[in-house]
Amino acid sequence: MEKMPRWADVALIPLINLALAFFFAGLVVLAIGENPFDMVRFMVKGALGSSNGIGYTLYYATNFIFTGLAFSVAMHARLFNIGGEGQAALGGLGTAVVLLAVPWPHWTVALPFAVLGAALFGAAWAAIPAWLQARRGSHIVITTIMFNFIGAALMIYLLNGILKKPGQQAAETRHFGDAVHLPTFHEMLAPLGIEFSKSAPANVSFILAILAAVCVWLLIWRTRIGYEIRAFGNSESATAYAGISAVRVTIIAMLISGGLAGMMAINVVMGESERLILNFTEGAGFMGIAVSLMGRNHPVGIVLAGLLFGMLNQGGFELLWEMPGISREMVFVIQALIIIFTGALVNMTRDPIERLFIRRNKGA
Amino acid sequence: MGSEGGQGRQETAAPAIELRGISKAFGPVQANRDISLAVARGTIHGIIGENGAGKSTLMSILYGFYRADSGEIFINGRRAEIHDSQDAIAAGIGMVFQHFKLVENFTVLENIILGAENGPLLRDSLADARRSLLTLAEEYELGVDPDARIEDLSVGHRQRVEILKALYRQADILILDEPTGVLTPSEADHLFRILRGLKEQGKTIILITHKLREIMDVTDTVSVMRRGEMLATVRTAETSPEDLAERMVGRKVLLQVDKRPASPGETVLKVENLKVVDEDGVARLKGVSFDLRAGEILGIAGVAGNGQSELLEVLGGYRPATGRITLNGHDLPLDGRLANGRARRAAGIAHVPEDRQSEGLVMEFAAWENIAFGYHHDPAYQKNALFMDNAAIQADTEGKMQRFDVRPPDPRLQAKSFSGGNQQKIVLAREIERNPDLLLVGQPTRGVDIGAIEFIHQRLIELRDAGKAILLVSVELEEIMSLADRIAVMFDGRIMGERLPADTDERDLGLLMAGVSNGANDGGEAA
Repeated sequence: MEKMPRWADVALIPLINLALAFFFAGLVVLAIGENPFDMVRFMVKGALGSSNGIGYTLYYATNFIFTGLAFSVAMHARLFNIGGEGQAALGGLGTAVVLLAVPWPHWTVALPFAVLGAALFGAAWAAIPAWLQARRGSHIVITTIMFNFIGAALMIYLLNGILKKPGQQAAETRHFGDAVHLPTFHEMLAPLGIEFSKSAPANVSFILAILAAVCVWLLIWRTRIGYEIRAFGNSESATAYAGISAVRVTIIAMLISGGLAGMMAINVVMGESERLILNFTEGAGFMGIAVSLMGRNHPVGIVLAGLLFGMLNQGGFELLWEMPGISREMVFVIQALIIIFTGALVNMTRDPIERLFIRRNKGA
Repeated sequence: MGSEGGQGRQETAAPAIELRGISKAFGPVQANRDISLAVARGTIHGIIGENGAGKSTLMSILYGFYRADSGEIFINGRRAEIHDSQDAIAAGIGMVFQHFKLVENFTVLENIILGAENGPLLRDSLADARRSLLTLAEEYELGVDPDARIEDLSVGHRQRVEILKALYRQADILILDEPTGVLTPSEADHLFRILRGLKEQGKTIILITHKLREIMDVTDTVSVMRRGEMLATVRTAETSPEDLAERMVGRKVLLQVDKRPASPGETVLKVENLKVVDEDGVARLKGVSFDLRAGEILGIAGVAGNGQSELLEVLGGYRPATGRITLNGHDLPLDGRLANGRARRAAGIAHVPEDRQSEGLVMEFAAWENIAFGYHHDPAYQKNALFMDNAAIQADTEGKMQRFDVRPPDPRLQAKSFSGGNQQKIVLAREIERNPDLLLVGQPTRGVDIGAIEFIHQRLIELRDAGKAILLVSVELEEIMSLADRIAVMFDGRIMGERLPADTDERDLGLLMAGVSNGANDGGEAA
């Protein structure tokens, strides 16, 4: 039953949701006695106004694209993987183990192995909930949430124990070494004569994230396992009839999902901090849920939503400097409003708009 | 309650229901086009038409599930605005759905007051419902134990609960959607007695069915729908089944299947002492044995829920069982990882499942994706080791849609946008064109229009004449009688007896279906 033009579905509705989000965020800002238009101006300027801002925006976007893709792959199999946060954390562990274990000569050599380590560790952390869901019927939402906590605890234990750099207080590993330093946008664009901020953390991982989005698209819509994942997600009873193994699909979808979440660590751990730091995920695993929902679980949508959320993240932090009346907590409130409207309530505006279109079509 | 007495035509002779110029489109599909209909109070009115003719849409508009794009509804001469089922109930309309909407682990009484509780405490509502239930039971032969749980009731009784639910809500107009699909012949007769009783009390009944016999038996007037339009409304006494069928389809239809006698060959399928215990520990198959030979159709008759579905699932490879199944002399695995749909397809078994919407098709998938469904490992559908060849599947789908006359012949359309008959043709095209040794067919024409039924039956006979074995499970006795070369009747997980179509009739089979085994000509099949 096609009722609404496709452009309205994929573009108009997200934009309306975003406008609503800003409207309510504006009300909150108004309530604490600040100017909401200043807020928007500073956010946009902070995110896009300078190459430094853009660099941060792309850096955050890279994280959100990875975690958004992770969530979407599981979602295509109608599995609600809320464990992106824990899987990303473990991905960081995998990255660190690979980079610390071998004295890598150059980042180009190290990167494929680091990606493998990140994906494997992330996948492994998704494997247990996947197995419990497939074989034991333990609900994936519950188990993945619990594994976030277990993962966090494990990281605390390791980063205060064997992984900690000797002779210091901070819960972090030693530096991976300059040989595995990933090129930043500054370094990548300099040979082309483009001046890009030196301090911005955006790095080659962004390209990796775009590649991952292409691969997810191919996986979901061009491969047999993608076909099986979508079939399973749409009709579990039909897959039994067709001889598609629910156990196999559940586990594979979750492994891919966990692997993608884990790959986020390449951006942060290898690309930015160049050491493993406790809590490096900073909620990006959860943000991926909103990104994927807003992007309609489609790689193109996820890349766009990831960029948008990257802007909001960067712009939000910029508010702290520009508007002293807005506290750090206030920034979180504004970001939360945006997530609620564009992610969680993504379907709220669809029905009325659909009705509007039906009425208009009838009139025509 | 949304009724506006603007017109004020309050004559006693006003029809119970009058529809004027109802139109409804879903995207490019015009489901209802300018439909007008008047149903007189105290009559039974049949609505008949091919699947996809728009009967269900029309009734959904009447019950407030959809809103008409244009047109008006009058109830007892007063214009009614029906926005949702609450409005419909308030206007005195009750609906009995094909798939019952009952809470299985509630009692009859609890189900009846559900949504109609007056007050936060249930005691008064329950007592009130118990009183009305007794009156209704007496008046209309609607006897049901008020304290029985739904899960313990037979299908026929569940349906009575649905009718009681509507009557408890003071329904004057009762709509029944394909009510006899799940009933034995005697249960169906009982239902018709109930309906006649209701009619005598002045209730108005709308009966949606595809069974011409029922229309002829029980209705006063009948409307024929085709392609979203209301073609004609006639008095039942002045028409005939052939006439109705022709009006529905728009051409002459063969109500009788044209087939030569079977010439059975080697035994293809041998089933021995098949037993199934389901997830809840209930025995569903209690030792089923039969043979099926090449070039014959074995019909499994029986009331739904007596083990036929489980039998198909076991043969299709997705339900574990004990016993023995041999196909062309080779044992088939019965449980564990070796028994699955893919392995069964590889062994030469194709399966048209009973429920095409939840099993046979992925409704959100396009037609071409559904054509590959279950056969998506086929080398012809792969581009290379990594990717599927979507273009090849689409080309294949175009051919299959053409050969099976699927309309509209658009491989990119989602399965859910096809009518029931065309959905079934997609499944049949996929399964039959695999040229299987054994075809499992469950309810091949459920919810399928007459024109498509004729087509589907012919395809099954063709496959049989090509020397393939067909196991046909159907709750439609007529279908079994006309298609099958041998008939086995299932009751309570057992085969009660086997008959040849020539040696039996509806009464005989009806007794077997009800579990009455008269022993005379029953072989050793009954356990």
